[in-house]
Amino acid sequence: MEPQLQLVVEHLHARYAHALDADRLEEWPQFFTEHGTYRITTAENEERGLPLPVLYAEGRAMLRDRVASLRHANIYEPQRYRHLVSSVLVERTGEHTATSRANFLVVRIMQNSESLLFASGRYLDRIALAPEPRYEERVVICDSRAFDTLLAIPL
Amino acid sequence: MLRRSTLQRAWPAEGATRVPYWVYQDEDVYREEQERIWRGAAWSYLCLEAELPEPQSFITTFVGDMPVVVTRDANGALHAWENRCAHRGALVCMEARGKAERFACIYHNWVYDHEGNLATVAFRRGIAGKGGLPADSKPETQAPKKLRVASLHGLVFGTLSPSAPSLEDYIGPDILPRIRRVMKKPVKVLGTYTQILPNNWKLYMDNVKDTYHASLLHLFFTRFRINRLTQKGGVFVSKDGAHHCTFTEMVEDTGDAYEKDGMRSAGSSKDFRLENPELLEQADEFGDRVSIQILSLFPGFVLHQIRNSLAARQVVPKGVERTELHWTLFGFEDDDPAMQRRRILQANLVGPAGYISMEDGAATGFVQRGVAASADRASVIEMGGSTIGSSDSRVTETAVRGLWQTWRRYMDL
Repeated sequence: MEPQLQLVVEHLHARYAHALDADRLEEWPQFFTEHGTYRITTAENEERGLPLPVLYAEGRAMLRDRVASLRHANIYEPQRYRHLVSSVLVERTGEHTATSRANFLVVRIMQNSESLLFASGRYLDRIALAPEPRYEERVVICDSRAFDTLLAIPL
Repeated sequence: MLRRSTLQRAWPAEGATRVPYWVYQDEDVYREEQERIWRGAAWSYLCLEAELPEPQSFITTFVGDMPVVVTRDANGALHAWENRCAHRGALVCMEARGKAERFACIYHNWVYDHEGNLATVAFRRGIAGKGGLPADSKPETQAPKKLRVASLHGLVFGTLSPSAPSLEDYIGPDILPRIRRVMKKPVKVLGTYTQILPNNWKLYMDNVKDTYHASLLHLFFTRFRINRLTQKGGVFVSKDGAHHCTFTEMVEDTGDAYEKDGMRSAGSSKDFRLENPELLEQADEFGDRVSIQILSLFPGFVLHQIRNSLAARQVVPKGVERTELHWTLFGFEDDDPAMQRRRILQANLVGPAGYISMEDGAATGFVQRGVAASADRASVIEMGGSTIGSSDSRVTETAVRGLWQTWRRYMDL
């Protein structure tokens, strides 16, 4: 294990989680490289080798489109997330690249204060370390196949 | 003839244009629906044939509250039966899907074949002449219920009713061609997920049949001019009102009806475009320029084509105020990589995170919460008048009225 690399990756995950939880959605695409991909799927689809995503974006333009739609088109009840990210395993794959596996829990808090364990699962990431650490690929594998009501804010 | 309803309820005098809110709230209504509709003369969607690819494969699902095993036997024939052991009522099959030679209840190892017949009872004759079932015991009298199964263009349906019409007659000539249009060749499953809806199951079917809401609730549609009511489209309703199909043709709408009416969903089409519109690119795979077709069969099945996104949606009631929507997205076996890519990108349009469907669960949940104290009030369903039938306008609630006409017929209300 490389302690410095571990800190760099965990710091990236932490900044990502805080940006989403603080409703700074406009920052979200910046956590990805220009052509970085983001995919939410379920453990069931993944195990069956089925390609269906719950949400898929390829490159920052699509990520920005998702944010624009959430801000200007989609309608959903006011809600926030609280991300808990843990058990981060980092592996160096090149001078400026690494992979990471981490667990997550996301609690969803509605405006009426109802809290729900909304999602649990794994982040499987490919990370570009230079010039800034960013996700080249972030795969979000949800443990459950079920989503309560809707999934608006990214995980 | 159905027996008289035991429900102490009266329908509003206005008839087809009113739906009283107790239909979404009452436990006794829910119980009665299970018996008269889900376990009654309706055909329910079970799965895609593609989910039972080989002999001896199975999948588990639900018809209303009833757990069901759907199988393909060694000879390739389809069967469906209640997932309940004749002995003590335990689930016979615990797994979601797979292949099996036999189905053994884990509780006491009573074993069933693919048709749902009780094949063996463990220690039926006891051990060493002691114990076991009496010679005249007939546990088969409590065997799992068997469903009639019919497959239509790769869609598998079942009903417990021996007297229900054939599946084709149940669906009828107005809607059948619209199913065939989509299910035109062998399909392959792309994936599945479940959306949990915080509302009564009928609110979801209301929503699906409501052609009036689509471009008003789902702003993504109108913002990107995907589906405006000013575009060419229409709705077919089956003769009995039970099933519907609505469609929109691919035309760029350059009119400004929404802007003139000051609609919330009105456009910003000039300043609001997708940076990467590849997501919306449609190949006209059915050759008829239809960009969206939403089709529903009573009681709880939806088949959608939204551009190149294709899916079966199965409605599973989970109590008065909770519904599971099981989505199965599919393509065709002969899809080329470009088509597969389109379907994957357009998966973003549908499901719980879908640009144009995420609001449905929220809106129907708002109705469930909004009517909490108003069992004595009714929703107003007068768009397009009070008739039930096909229409070339989608500013109508004709298909919703058809749903309720059908529901009342089943419920004898």
